[in-house]
Amino acid sequence: MIKKKIAIIDYGIGNVKSILNALDNFNAETILTNKPEDILNADGVILPGVGAFKTGMENLIAHDLIPVIKQYVKTGKPFLGICLGMQLLLDESEEFGNTKGLGLIKGKVKKLVIDETTNERLPHVSWNEIKEPEKNRWQNSILENVQQFSDVYFVHSFAAAPSTEADILATCNYGNKDFCAAVKKENVFGVQFHPEKSGKTGLAILKKFIDLIK
Amino acid sequence: MHKTRLIARLDVKNEFVIKGIHLEGLRKVGDPIELAKKYYLDGIDEIVFMDAVASLYERNNLFHIIEKACKEVFIPITIGGGIRSVSDIDKALRSGADKIALNTQAIKNPEIIKEASRIYGSQCIIGSIEAKKTGTGWQAYVDNGREHTGVDAVDWAKKLEDLGAGEILITSVDKEGTKKGFDVELVKKITGAVSIPVIASGGAGSLNDIRELIVTCDPGGVAIASLIHYNLFSVSEIKKELINHNLMVRP
Repeated sequence: MIKKKIAIIDYGIGNVKSILNALDNFNAETILTNKPEDILNADGVILPGVGAFKTGMENLIAHDLIPVIKQYVKTGKPFLGICLGMQLLLDESEEFGNTKGLGLIKGKVKKLVIDETTNERLPHVSWNEIKEPEKNRWQNSILENVQQFSDVYFVHSFAAAPSTEADILATCNYGNKDFCAAVKKENVFGVQFHPEKSGKTGLAILKKFIDLIK
Repeated sequence: MHKTRLIARLDVKNEFVIKGIHLEGLRKVGDPIELAKKYYLDGIDEIVFMDAVASLYERNNLFHIIEKACKEVFIPITIGGGIRSVSDIDKALRSGADKIALNTQAIKNPEIIKEASRIYGSQCIIGSIEAKKTGTGWQAYVDNGREHTGVDAVDWAKKLEDLGAGEILITSVDKEGTKKGFDVELVKKITGAVSIPVIASGGAGSLNDIRELIVTCDPGGVAIASLIHYNLFSVSEIKKELINHNLMVRP
């Protein structure tokens, strides 16, 4: 079987070793790269990232990656943003003043809101359950093989708030409030949690991402 | 409600996981990668690798262990012990660690917490405090519980939060390795003083100790070592027990 080529975008942000290691379990050939030709020729692309939104965008701009990402997404091949990589998909973020994002998913990135009666803390550092917003929304998506209310690992203080409800692939409840835990718009996926750190459930999500490649 | 994270703490010396009492008198318990894998497959939520002798040698010697462990262990991994500079942190993250626990160096140079959290994000910087009870409160110790600093542990926790740490790991040196229960008062003081998640470490000797800690202090995470290293309980047994008592953990 021909191995599927997965490009992981290298823009100097975050720990990508675990993503590479996780993908090694599957039928994938991985490349950590910021070269346009590698990204455009890949069968699947992952945008990782942790840390601040502004730094993330600045690094994408510094590596001239924004047009490349947009061009890749137009090809219809699967694209996955992880954690900050998911947040960057939105129009903008309110972290450290407003910063413009990639605009691939309509909406904003906002600080998590906690119901004060719960005494929950920020950042949200926890395993937590993901929920399907409506029946069958996980079909043909990266979450297809995941059970409802599976636990995955989160570490964040901000979350995406897509303006189109249909773009919300999964929600999660923290501090008595729901937030968007995953997005999907056509071939573009994003997860706020870390599949590469979420044990078996996370590995099943990454495997499905590879299986979505035609 | 958050789910309390059950965290395996692996103190490592010369390629072996070791366990002592009050961080002293160290005994070999096994291979770090094999143990990490075993706990991962049995459902542990996170793993902390601490270089037990790093501060003495002024460097961390665990990078190669982290590199191997993260090929097979797909949960968050923290590295601590002897991390002295931003370039050490960079090396640790590149070897596959998700979070860095800083103690001795943070006391010597608090700015490292600020700088590191600005560069890598608060989520990957853990302020680690080794606390010993004194007459009136608790004092922060460094060099694996050997050297006192004159710094009040609770004040230090607040300072670490202000500097940008994303979590606090509080180890009771008095309780560490004793299996006589956590220093509940200390953990309660720390969780009350900061608004970031707190991981409690040192003293877990029974399932009741863990239950009591969660009920009274509601920490973000509970670190365990002797309990699982000496096969007193398996990770899945501990979780089952906590779930049976209606405590929130990942099944």
